[in-house]
Amino acid sequence: MLLIECPWCGPRDEVEFRYGGQAGVAYPKDPDALDDAAWAAFVFVRDNPKGPFAERWVHSAGCRRWFNVVRDTLTHEFQK
Amino acid sequence: MVQAVPREPGRLWRNPEPKPAYDVIVVGGGGHGLATAYYLAKNHAITKVAVLERAWLAGGNMARNTTIIRSNYLWDESAAIYEHSLKLWEGLQAELDADLQFSQRGVVNLAHNLGDVREGMRRVHANRLNGVDAIWLEPEDVRRVCPIVDVSPDKRYPVLGATYQPRGGIANHDSVAWAYARAADALGVDLVQGCEVTGIDVGAGRVTGVRTSRGPIAAGNIAIVAAGHASLIAGMAGVRLPLQSHPLQALVSDLVEEVHPCVIMSNTVHVYVSQAAKGSLVMGAGIDAYNSYAQRGSFHVIERQMAAALELFPVFARAHVIRTWAGIVDVSPDASPIIGRTPVEGLYLNCGWGTGGFKATPAAGWVLASTIAKREPDPLALPFALERFTTGALIDEHGAAAVAH
Repeated sequence: MLLIECPWCGPRDEVEFRYGGQAGVAYPKDPDALDDAAWAAFVFVRDNPKGPFAERWVHSAGCRRWFNVVRDTLTHEFQK
Repeated sequence: MVQAVPREPGRLWRNPEPKPAYDVIVVGGGGHGLATAYYLAKNHAITKVAVLERAWLAGGNMARNTTIIRSNYLWDESAAIYEHSLKLWEGLQAELDADLQFSQRGVVNLAHNLGDVREGMRRVHANRLNGVDAIWLEPEDVRRVCPIVDVSPDKRYPVLGATYQPRGGIANHDSVAWAYARAADALGVDLVQGCEVTGIDVGAGRVTGVRTSRGPIAAGNIAIVAAGHASLIAGMAGVRLPLQSHPLQALVSDLVEEVHPCVIMSNTVHVYVSQAAKGSLVMGAGIDAYNSYAQRGSFHVIERQMAAALELFPVFARAHVIRTWAGIVDVSPDASPIIGRTPVEGLYLNCGWGTGGFKATPAAGWVLASTIAKREPDPLALPFALERFTTGALIDEHGAAAVAH
């Protein structure tokens, strides 16, 4: 089980959290300008790296706040 | 049901050095890659084919799945390809002249609440309209099919009924891979192990070859059949895929007496269990939530699936877990695979099978081989093309996938 450092509550077991996938995916600035392919890329395609990955978690069984971390998807280590 | 395990055979395939060029390169030597190579040679007489495997044959998800075979999917597109697969399974031992321990012992999907019952009954009707064998079981029928399931009404999650596909079952994963490998090798396919693809060369919008840990190899057709690593390899050609890689865990018990006559799956308490030919209980559940390539997951996932198994099967209380593991599965947004062409000419995909690729091994190879040989999507593969994420024609099988994503 991962030990996840909540920025507000400190290190807690993974079961207290929900996963939010890739961090920093911004909503399109000008949605009307997007064609179908651009919408498909925004809705369905996310990075899937083998290595460091900026991702979101929510402390759903704790303070219920979202935060970002960088975690290595090969070693599961969180970067400080 | 506990069968004699076949003796280990001798050398089944050559171990060739890679040639400078092939007509088709299949990246990934798992079940799907080996089946693709076999059907390219067998159905289409394309034999200048190499399967490039970075480690050893069938050592990834082919060695890590729970070997369940069924075709009781909801939508027409899925029923068509999975039923084609099941029909191929039914003739596969004779075709490949191999004992695959293929056992059509029936697959039961349990319903534990009104939503499950309605979804299950709907799926039974949809299956029957598509020519897939499907029966609705009442709780007493479930007990008749599988006497060790606790169907008492006072459970926290009582069994209210089930879908039943009698032609579903299990097979031995290693035997399947080895049989396809032997047959492909005999038809002239080069199975190159210890050969990691490190780059894909693209010129004027089409593939020209791959770079590997054993040097460059030229080919006009490259098929990515690499499961959890598919998006990384497609990325080498500049193609982004709607896939996320997650661990999917499974476990086996010690060898126990013959107690479990079929395959039981439950979405709601969430576990699926069968008993392998040698006697071990094989079970799995949902993916771990986070992205990972580590081939291991978190223990609470194992703990919860064992709790689910004990809820359904009180008799399992005395079994012991002897091994747990994880494979890296490539999960797509609609829990359906991605098969066919890419924006890069000559670059083909077979990926996104997520948690349910083993059952599709024969059909995946069949339709990908046809797509490559004819240079147009096989009719069974057409609905699963990458374009569906742009057109919006998704094939949402989260219900029938029976594994939480």
